[in-house]
Amino acid sequence: VTKRWEILVVDDEEVMRESLAAWLQEDGYAVDVASSGREAVQKAREKDYAIFFIDLKMPPGMDGIETTMEVRKLRPDASIIIITAYATVDTAVTAMKEGAQEYIVKPSNPQEISLLVQRIIKVKNLQRENLILRRKLSKHYEVQDIISKNPKMHEIFALIREVGSLRSTVLIQGESGTGKEMIARAIHNSGDRADKPFVAVSCAALAETLLESELFGHERGSFTGAVARKKGKFEMAAGGTIFLDEIGDVSPKLQMDLLRVLQEHTFFRIGGTEEIRVDVRAIAATKADLQEYVRDGRFRDDLYYRLNVINILIPPLRDRREDIPLLVRHFIERLALELGRDVHDITEGALKLLLACDWPGNVRELENAIERAIVTCKKRVLSDEDFSFLSVASPQPAWSVPTGLPLDEIERQVIEATLRRNGGNVKETAAVLGIDRSTLYERIKKFGIPR
Amino acid sequence: VRTIDVLPIGPVPEEVLRAVEFAATETFGLETRRLQALPHPAFAWDAERSQHASTAILKNVFARRTPDAVRVLAVTEADIFLPMLTFVFGQAQLGGDAALISLARLRQEFYRLPPDRPLLLARAVKEALHELGHTFGIVHCPDPACAMSLSSDIRQIDAKNAGLCPGCSALLEESLARAGVERASPVPKEEHP
Repeated sequence: VTKRWEILVVDDEEVMRESLAAWLQEDGYAVDVASSGREAVQKAREKDYAIFFIDLKMPPGMDGIETTMEVRKLRPDASIIIITAYATVDTAVTAMKEGAQEYIVKPSNPQEISLLVQRIIKVKNLQRENLILRRKLSKHYEVQDIISKNPKMHEIFALIREVGSLRSTVLIQGESGTGKEMIARAIHNSGDRADKPFVAVSCAALAETLLESELFGHERGSFTGAVARKKGKFEMAAGGTIFLDEIGDVSPKLQMDLLRVLQEHTFFRIGGTEEIRVDVRAIAATKADLQEYVRDGRFRDDLYYRLNVINILIPPLRDRREDIPLLVRHFIERLALELGRDVHDITEGALKLLLACDWPGNVRELENAIERAIVTCKKRVLSDEDFSFLSVASPQPAWSVPTGLPLDEIERQVIEATLRRNGGNVKETAAVLGIDRSTLYERIKKFGIPR
Repeated sequence: VRTIDVLPIGPVPEEVLRAVEFAATETFGLETRRLQALPHPAFAWDAERSQHASTAILKNVFARRTPDAVRVLAVTEADIFLPMLTFVFGQAQLGGDAALISLARLRQEFYRLPPDRPLLLARAVKEALHELGHTFGIVHCPDPACAMSLSSDIRQIDAKNAGLCPGCSALLEESLARAGVERASPVPKEEHP
């Protein structure tokens, strides 16, 4: 597994400190040094080191044992290895009582140190693997599991934390593969409903009648095949969150039913006469432009406004390319583990290739590409050859000059598309189009462009 | 053409130096240049340990490097140590310029066995590639057959090949490309069977 474990070497003697650090670095560990107990405690506070090498014999006030005790308080999960000279083996025993896991006598056999570190790292890797697998099993995503350093994404993270405990409906919009369900789960898990159920329904996968019964349940005998009473997803999500994916694909009749549940918090099972009251928070997601659907009359505007209380727009991956390296490393780490392959890094050349792609399928497509590369890779490091299946210069959809349109219409389309791209921001749109804001307002009015 | 400098410290058998130079050219695609030998490193002697301090020698090696050399590799018969460790087969700075290998513990005689010339040459070559590999920023490889795998025991040196695995070769190529090193011959690609 690729996680680079960090080690802190604490020794007041420079040659010892530096030579041990250099030696561990050659083993691929990220190593920091501290020349005193005080410095070590300071560094432990800032960074989550996996292993501490602490020299026993350091000046009084903050000697090895005191340092061990302090570090132990700050980083209870870290392993502490005491370094001692022959004369002080007795003290090493004291240090072990204070929570040091091992001790080594200097000078030490190189094999002894590497075996010791390997053994500790092996346990840490297993613990980590266990955590990753458990999380995958439970899909228990939290905000900190979403990987991004993009400012827009960070605004979303802040919003998630803010609205986690509210009951307001959330509408998540984003292209396919941007992680809408992950965001929905993060909202659920960051609020006071976290220990209640999270129920996901894909509205696109099912025919109208099936979806209706899926959502609201049915009474026995209410239709052919309804051999028993069945609870719907709304009931299953009681007290928790229901996630309605692909909400844009819901038929007009169901749109009305949904509107009623969201407004009244009550519904009937199919064929049922008993009104059922539920406390469910709804999060809806769509890759479609719902506003456009509303304009076209395909989506009820009252349902749209009901859903769109809190709006989250996830930017596509091509608009946050800075996240690609982070995501790539995360996927290599996770997928190599899941696939049982010993692949732990990627060459810069391959990374550049991935950065150049447009990723219409977004994070999911990137994840699939990494998975495919890991499966076919014969080495430990993914190189550009492993991504030869990607169309290198992913062809931009060529813009051809429309010849059958009046100029006015072309202007309208350009303004509308640019506005949409900038999220309706007039200032940015005007800047992109190279016209005054007042001119833009005038055109918007002239063409009757909805905003 | 830029080179890897090879610097004997104290008397070192010519055939060892030749074997190391040949392997370095083959693996790194760089010509080698022999520097004039330095005397036995008495200044690095630690009487308490009856060994030579590796870091002190390495500092000296670095100072002797010719300006246009890509790297410098020193070879010595002296038994060397790092303060924290009982001994080392060699030392290099990760991503640095200088590397040092010691033949002392590569000789069968050290383990009270009859001398074995071919074995000594093979071990010296592996250790030289390993330490030079570190100077190109490559860390230990988990493949025990790769020259970049960790050996803290002579048997581990014998178990590995005198060459880098494809993964480490790719890292080496990137490192050389990043440093803008022009090479006389490209790094030969080794295919796994």
